[in-house]
Amino acid sequence: MAINWYKYSSPASFYSLAGKMIPFFSILAIGLLAAGLYIGFFVAPTDFQQGEAYRIIFIHVPAAWMSMFLYVVMACWAGIGLAFNTRLSSMMATAIAPTGAMFTFLALWTGSLWGKPMWGTWWVWDARLTSELILLFLYLGFMSLQAAIDDPRRADKAGAIIAIVGVINIPIIYFSVQWWNTLHQGASVSVTQAPTMASIMLTGMMVMVFASWMYSIAIILKRVRVIILERESHTAWVTELKNKGAL
Amino acid sequence: MFFWIIKRDLLLAVRRRSDVLTTLFFFVIVVSLFPLSVGPEMNLLRTMAPGVVWVAALLASMLSLGRLFSNDYLDGTLEQMLLSPQSFSLLVLGKALAHWLVTGVPLVLMAPVLGIQYDLPADALFVLVVSLLLGTPVLSLIGAIGAALTLGLRGGGVLVSLLVLPLYIPVLIFGAGAVEANMAGVSFEAHLSLLGAFLLVSLVFSPWATASSLRVSME
Repeated sequence: MAINWYKYSSPASFYSLAGKMIPFFSILAIGLLAAGLYIGFFVAPTDFQQGEAYRIIFIHVPAAWMSMFLYVVMACWAGIGLAFNTRLSSMMATAIAPTGAMFTFLALWTGSLWGKPMWGTWWVWDARLTSELILLFLYLGFMSLQAAIDDPRRADKAGAIIAIVGVINIPIIYFSVQWWNTLHQGASVSVTQAPTMASIMLTGMMVMVFASWMYSIAIILKRVRVIILERESHTAWVTELKNKGAL
Repeated sequence: MFFWIIKRDLLLAVRRRSDVLTTLFFFVIVVSLFPLSVGPEMNLLRTMAPGVVWVAALLASMLSLGRLFSNDYLDGTLEQMLLSPQSFSLLVLGKALAHWLVTGVPLVLMAPVLGIQYDLPADALFVLVVSLLLGTPVLSLIGAIGAALTLGLRGGGVLVSLLVLPLYIPVLIFGAGAVEANMAGVSFEAHLSLLGAFLLVSLVFSPWATASSLRVSME
């Protein structure tokens, strides 16, 4: 079955497609979340070294992965929007940013909750923590730039440029921070030596990763629908929807 | 045309000397605030010095970004440059280099004096100057992207800091790192090589990104 990409790159037809997809992904997200949390809290055994505190990885690791992955996805959509001048791609990028920032914040927050009992401190200037913090700054920069520009077309393009500059910079920043960290050893605690995980823990974590995926897709589609409505409010099809009482 | 635009921007800067001096004084004041806040303990100040000077240089360079394009934008010169048959990226590169000559070079020249205040040894002062010499053009080049994106926006000044400061981090790490490595008696050449690499990469990519940002902002 060939998908007609041109058809679905139109906001009007994507709006209804997204509407049909949201329930599917929401149900998957809720189901996986329930299963993942059940495995995480009741099935997975207590860790030999870390006790109960390790259970935060079931939220922390998926959040950290999603935060990095979503930035790349966002930059891809923004780049497509800039290159092909497709409005919907830019709207996707705008819709992804808050979810990405939320996951970044969640990763930092749960990380420090874990760090307190494990390392005895809320925060260390470790390479990973620092680059995650910088990632949060990049998300915030993207969102505040778009928020400051009134004209949506200009906001899309300006956001796309800063997202692409950011994605080129992420490896540079990451390695800089890592080298900086190795130069200043002493205060930091190594997080790189991950102990081998029991397979049930890994299963729980992977279920949670998929749950975060499904949640992200559902919420991003929901948000992009709102953005479409907002930007297309002057068009005939939105008026029609309004008259039908579908809004 | 490239040299013409540098010359023109320098001439404008000379006619409005206060702009240049404000940036420089800002740099000096920020650096002088640190001993007042953490105390005059010389050993502490000596370890802090590279970081303090570099952060102050970052802030001073960022503070002056607002002027990079805004005057030309307001009086329509920038639009004429965009319409001219010359390569717009080259013109933008000229403007970024002029910005560096006007704000970066005075900082580099002032840095040894501030370093002496912090009791840095002579060879550390030398490394500080070299690292600033390599690093400040990168700041101007990256900052030009931020300045172009926020052109004509309300609250652009604060916004530009959100956009460019995260991107400045690698320069800060290796700039301050070079001086610290020298003071610790370790080789600092790797740091300077990396700073040079950043300079080359930003020389290639930044004018292009800045030019497309300006096109977006002036549509």
